Amino acid sequence: MALLQISEPGESTNPHEHRLAAGIDLGTTNSLVASVRSGLAKTLPDEQGQHLLPSVVRYLKAGDIVVGETAREAAPGDPLNTIASVKRFMGRGVDDVKHLGGKLPYEFIKTDSSVPRIRTAGGDVSPVEVSAEILKTLKQRAESSLGGELSGVVITVPAYFDDAQRQATKDAGKLAGLNVLRLLNEPTAAAVAYGLDQKGEGVIAVYDLGGGTFDISILRLHKGVFEVMATAGDSALGGDDLDQAIAQWIMQQAGIGDDASHGHLRQLMHTARDAKEALSCKDSVELKVELDNGEAWKGSLSREQFHDLVDPLIQKTLLPCRRTLRDAGISADEVEEVVMVGGSTRVPRVREKVGEFFGREPLVDIDPDKVVAVGAAIQADVLAGNKAEDELLLLDVTPLALGLETMGGLVEKVIPRNTTIPVARAQDFTTFKDGQTAMSVHVLQGERELVSDCRSLGRFALHGIPPMVAGAARIRVTFQVDADGLLTVTAKEETTGVTSGIEVKPSYGLTDNEIETMLRDSLTNAEEDVAARMLREQQVEADRVLEALDAALAQDTGLLSKEERQRIDEAMKNLQTARDSTDNRAIKKAIDDTDQATAEFAARRMDQSIKQALTGHTLEEFESDLK
Amino acid sequence: MSTATQNHFELFGLPVCYEVDQLKLAEHYRELQRTVHPDKFANAPDQERRLSVQRAAQINEAFQTLKSPIRRARYMLEMRGVKFDEQRETAIEPAFLMEQMELRESLAEIPKTGDVLTKLGSLQDDIQTKVKQLTNELVELFKDDSAEAMAKAKANMHKLQFMDKLQQEVENVEEDIANAL
Repeated sequence: MALLQISEPGESTNPHEHRLAAGIDLGTTNSLVASVRSGLAKTLPDEQGQHLLPSVVRYLKAGDIVVGETAREAAPGDPLNTIASVKRFMGRGVDDVKHLGGKLPYEFIKTDSSVPRIRTAGGDVSPVEVSAEILKTLKQRAESSLGGELSGVVITVPAYFDDAQRQATKDAGKLAGLNVLRLLNEPTAAAVAYGLDQKGEGVIAVYDLGGGTFDISILRLHKGVFEVMATAGDSALGGDDLDQAIAQWIMQQAGIGDDASHGHLRQLMHTARDAKEALSCKDSVELKVELDNGEAWKGSLSREQFHDLVDPLIQKTLLPCRRTLRDAGISADEVEEVVMVGGSTRVPRVREKVGEFFGREPLVDIDPDKVVAVGAAIQADVLAGNKAEDELLLLDVTPLALGLETMGGLVEKVIPRNTTIPVARAQDFTTFKDGQTAMSVHVLQGERELVSDCRSLGRFALHGIPPMVAGAARIRVTFQVDADGLLTVTAKEETTGVTSGIEVKPSYGLTDNEIETMLRDSLTNAEEDVAARMLREQQVEADRVLEALDAALAQDTGLLSKEERQRIDEAMKNLQTARDSTDNRAIKKAIDDTDQATAEFAARRMDQSIKQALTGHTLEEFESDLK
Repeated sequence: MSTATQNHFELFGLPVCYEVDQLKLAEHYRELQRTVHPDKFANAPDQERRLSVQRAAQINEAFQTLKSPIRRARYMLEMRGVKFDEQRETAIEPAFLMEQMELRESLAEIPKTGDVLTKLGSLQDDIQTKVKQLTNELVELFKDDSAEAMAKAKANMHKLQFMDKLQQEVENVEEDIANAL
């Protein structure tokens, strides 16, 4: 029996057009950009041939901004204006940052906004803006080396990043003028890089110890589908902490107090890092540190001493490893491969301990600094539509439970950790007092039972509940997490239909207005450029809608009645007219109208393709049963 | 029929039956996600992207429901009109509760004794045997439509929840021990 052929909904009408896409690893210490060229994913070097871009941004008085190696080199001499490891502050509030950055040199300032800003010679900057500078540099590098504008990028984030940290990363992408196709979890990206190279099947563990974050993910590979079974980690533990442990030890030995100057502390961190690297191949290392009084302290650190210093930290990473195995419902011996990611996994002691834990030699074939960017590039290529169908599908999970505050400061979990995304789940609540007409919804993320132990993502209020006796109203709160791991919450009073919704802008997130202002500030010809950009965005979306509809109608007009078809044709005609104007609001409205006219059609097409997927499938099974 | 109105079994092309072919379920799940997952719509208009997120979420939810012995039982009971009142616990036979208490007591004793891991292992074997027995009974019960069979199925589902909690506690103890090593 011949089956009707249906192509992917939304597929470009011009399937041979190759879109430029890139994968970006926005790291704590270094960042990279990679792209698929001639079927091979490779990281892209800068003009000097350097692949790694140090994630360091220096702000100068004249408003100039320096990113990368030059900034890194200037850091010891200009610590206040040179921002390193900004990833640690992404999506964090002022108090978090103070706690995290207790030993960091930056001057954090509180503003009206909940987002902390760092005071620099070039003005006050938020972590999102600093990250955007790094992204802009990588964007330029990619565009000059690929020879064209990027149509979209995939940016990687630690799997253990919470909603606020993810949102901040996406905002940074937007601010850098990037079309962020997806936020991809770093361990998943690494698995993609390895899995496709080796055509692997089975269960793999990805141990990712970066500069400032730790992640562990357990994945199951099956015919191009990467299913994350469980993930865990620590978004404030990384290789920097190994350096810190050594630096602390030196300070103790050399009698340097905590009140040492910023520049001095930086120097110490450098010495510590060099010592760590040297101990990979040497049994001991000689140390020399200049003291404030002009004298120098000399000493040596043996490999055994080094192990004593770092073992507690490595041990700390093994607890999440154990938890993911449990959550995945498997034992360590069922793991067939262990993939090492992140520069810190170069430390032989880390490899040794992880190998011991899983009972097998970890894989280190792909450069641990580049593997994440390479995986992201492969995913970006797929998302841009450059790959053949059915090659790769990533099914990821939420790293942390999502819930709501209930009576007594307790958290009611709505979505548990390690739930496959996208996910939508609803929970019903009721009123506490007679005649209560409003309800405050407090959204939280975390595993703990008490509100005070979880991370607050946002609050919103549902007003207009009709007065009823306590317990009579039925308020349904729906949590939806999309494929980027970003949460949207809506609340609805079921008896009256009163709705209230928020894109949970995290408590420590930027508002849309703030982003717009930053965007405006970052462009030279303020108003006009913003307007031009908004118009361009609406035009692109209008083209996308029209193109997709043309393709859809060519295939599936049979799903529509004559009247329905007429209504769609009319909406499309209006949209085309609006598209050719320069009025972005008119275009927006025409898109909304077209969406309304085609909502039912889109749903029918989707459902048809769902059924088609299994029809083809069951037929195959049926045929193979006959054989 | 639209995906929104199909039941979970229909969605996955499986017979409405408590015994689910897990391999086929997983395979059909991957097929469906290949069709609707948002990754397939990265360049599509907003409307299609939103729709894809919704459908992918529905398919994930249906898959998790059919995969879990407890959620599947509850879902099948709900399909047959059985109501669940979260406030009031369904009455469970005293014999089962007694047995639960005994199992919990022996779990509490284990860390104080020697050869902890072996004992935890054998306790887990006991739990698995009971879970197997309860789910085997459910397969038979769901072949019957009578109110009596449904009442018994509901009780079995609650018992499975008890066993699941106990299993989690065993794992907690195991994890504490492993972390202390």
